Amino acid sequence: MAEFALILVSTILVNNFVLVKFLGLCPFMGVSSKLETAMGMGLATTFVLTLSSATSELANVWLLEPLGIEYLRTITFILIIAAIVGFTEMVVHKTSPLLYKVLGIYLPLITTNCAVLGVALLNVSENHGFLGSLLYGFGASIGFTLVLVLFAAMRERINAADVPEPFRGGSIALITAGLMSLAFMGFTGLIPG
Amino acid sequence: MLTAIISIGLLAAALGLVLGYASIRFKVEGDPIVDQIDAVLPQTQCGQCGFPGCRPYAEAIARGEAEINRCPPGGEATINALADLLGKEPIPLDEERGTTPEEPLIAFINEDICIGCTLCIQACPVDAIIGAAKQMHTVIRDECTGCDLCPPACPVDCIDMIPIPKKLDDWVWDTPKEKLIVEPAS
Repeated sequence: MAEFALILVSTILVNNFVLVKFLGLCPFMGVSSKLETAMGMGLATTFVLTLSSATSELANVWLLEPLGIEYLRTITFILIIAAIVGFTEMVVHKTSPLLYKVLGIYLPLITTNCAVLGVALLNVSENHGFLGSLLYGFGASIGFTLVLVLFAAMRERINAADVPEPFRGGSIALITAGLMSLAFMGFTGLIPG
Repeated sequence: MLTAIISIGLLAAALGLVLGYASIRFKVEGDPIVDQIDAVLPQTQCGQCGFPGCRPYAEAIARGEAEINRCPPGGEATINALADLLGKEPIPLDEERGTTPEEPLIAFINEDICIGCTLCIQACPVDAIIGAAKQMHTVIRDECTGCDLCPPACPVDCIDMIPIPKKLDDWVWDTPKEKLIVEPAS
């Protein structure tokens, strides 16, 4: 139990995928200009990341390792992620048209989110096991959503602020992201000893 | 090598089957009757029926909230088609909504008079008018639906509704007005 809690805290704060491991930076910069879209993206990513993390682990243990074809890991995982994203899109479209409207274009975009593939590959190299992978994926996506929403809220404020001319737009966003990253590195202090 | 090809191929095929099944199982159906009604309407998006376009009018008909005789651009042909589709009796066109033109018309901007106010651009429901502020405007003939919404918007009355000009590739002989076959004198 303590181990699982540790995984969650570690992925959400200490080893945050966006700000410490620098994965999934494209959606982080791309869809963070509005708070609502950031929440939609976070929600969709949480769902897909958790599911694909567990499924990839299963495929690795039951398919790749028994057949001795671990070198095809990346292509297999990409295949699984793409299929899950497509499946999710169809199910959401059918069961909840409202959610489908909110998520919109962000659902298919998740396929190209490098954090999703990164989590699946890290699961293998760090030997998390099935439950561990599930939690690892869930924690990673919660961490992703957390910083995405925080960053979007900041950018909305920055848009209204008096930023010097040369720093407007993308530059101030990158500087802010860097400062956030520095702040998140401070969570490393949570690890005892 | 062979194992790898077969196993990845099988995995891909299995995932493809799941997706294929899901696309049938979770198929989202629109309201088919609305689509059918919308297909019959002339798509002028003119709003003369009192709804903001053809699709909302089709939805209102499907809900039973509107009569089928509120579409002047479609005229009698549309009313008959709608009556046929919905199993209702054809009723005459609601004259309050406007009158059906004799032949299809499109808007024409007299470019010498146009002052470039952009008011007609804002009135056009299908974006068939191009131009910019204080620049001459013109109508894209292929896009114009002849909805008659831009002439009232023009402050200098430079828009006329004209019959669609004949071009070489759509010109046909006029239908003969007199009988071609002369009855043999008995």
